[in-house]
Amino acid sequence: MTGLPLTPSQTIGPFLAIGLPWADGPTVVPEDTPGAITITGRLLDGEGTPVPDGMIETWQADPDGRFDHPDDPRGASGNGTAFRGFGRCPTGPDGSYRIVTLRPGALPSPDGGLEAPHLDVSVFARGLLDRVVTRIYFPDEEEANVDDPVLSAVDPARRDTLIAVADGGDKYRFQFHIRLQGEHETVFFDV
Amino acid sequence: MTTHPPSPPAGLILPSYERPRGVHPPLDSPGYRSTALRAPGRPPLLIPQRLTEITGPLLGDGRVAPADADLTTQHAGEPLGERIIVTGRVLDSDGRAIPDTLVEIWQANAAGRYQHVVDNHPAPLDPNFVGVGRCVTDSEGRYRFVTIKPGAYPWRNHPNAWRPAHIHFSLFGRAFTQRLVTQMYFPDDPLFEYDPIFNSIPDPKARQRLISRFDINLTEPDWALGYEWDIVLRGSAATVFEEQPVVRKPVARTQGGQR
Repeated sequence: MTGLPLTPSQTIGPFLAIGLPWADGPTVVPEDTPGAITITGRLLDGEGTPVPDGMIETWQADPDGRFDHPDDPRGASGNGTAFRGFGRCPTGPDGSYRIVTLRPGALPSPDGGLEAPHLDVSVFARGLLDRVVTRIYFPDEEEANVDDPVLSAVDPARRDTLIAVADGGDKYRFQFHIRLQGEHETVFFDV
Repeated sequence: MTTHPPSPPAGLILPSYERPRGVHPPLDSPGYRSTALRAPGRPPLLIPQRLTEITGPLLGDGRVAPADADLTTQHAGEPLGERIIVTGRVLDSDGRAIPDTLVEIWQANAAGRYQHVVDNHPAPLDPNFVGVGRCVTDSEGRYRFVTIKPGAYPWRNHPNAWRPAHIHFSLFGRAFTQRLVTQMYFPDDPLFEYDPIFNSIPDPKARQRLISRFDINLTEPDWALGYEWDIVLRGSAATVFEEQPVVRKPVARTQGGQR
């Protein structure tokens, strides 16, 4: 690097709702897309109180484990679906968010292994001076999760904070709560 | 549900991004009281950058209309306040321009009031100003907004707390690692020294990088003043990242007062 100094982060503040929500933000794919899944959850503070002025963003591979991006040498799978890969949802008064997307595929890793299907998540809120980053994994990917290089680096006692919970018997619905602080604090990553 | 693991392409080589150290504010910044119950108590786990981190949404086309960059013409009449031009370049730390990237801004009006239900500062709303703008950087990484200078406003962080005038910025760059939300300030604001959010940045020189520069050459005579502010996102890492053991240390937290 030539060393232009970086611009520091500041909090998103309490008023992000005037500028950042998009009508189609939570829908990474249109709701009626075959196979679409819904991930819902709540953003909670250190006392378990809902955070009503936060924002959740997700970024993920497509169902074939590819990215429509020049730095993925494989590119998108090009199956013609309207898949944006990116989701954005402000939290509601009860701290809740909702993302409608397709299940990501497993991904190749530069070390030759595989990463289990996952979504990268950015969390922004008043009171967070920088975003915090976590990942959402799937509960029905036990085998892939065991081999995942990120999950396996996490303290086993805390891994479940990164794995979504099947919502009832519906295989298209998942819950993923994000706890910013406290006993069951979600694992956050330095990327 | 079964997924079909793709075969790893031979020799998958990915870019890697530098890791900011000592640039961003610590999440636990007691002077900013809202951090007390929201800052994670444990340090984040360092992970290598893989495909999900070195890619990111390339948004812009179709999401932004040219008129979105002028916050003074979005309503029936003209907003009150000092009309300004805010422009600059989005770069990475290697000095490369980041073209075609979405820049989103939001701000208070000239009286220091946000068009938001939870802003109860007793200052007037302006029916001709919402305070939201978007644009996409050009081939040289340049963005440009026309807006009005936001006012300072009180907040209840501590007795007689006021935020210096600022514009919120949201940036994507081209990779998940580069995502940045921050605030741009104006030169010579007397409130800097009292603001725990501005001062949460540990390095005083880094704080200065959030302050725009007045430039007479950017003004439009008889019409608007001009400010320039460049934004630098993470560039390439100097060395290839190698996995290191991560020390996890639970941190005891005091559950003090909050707002």
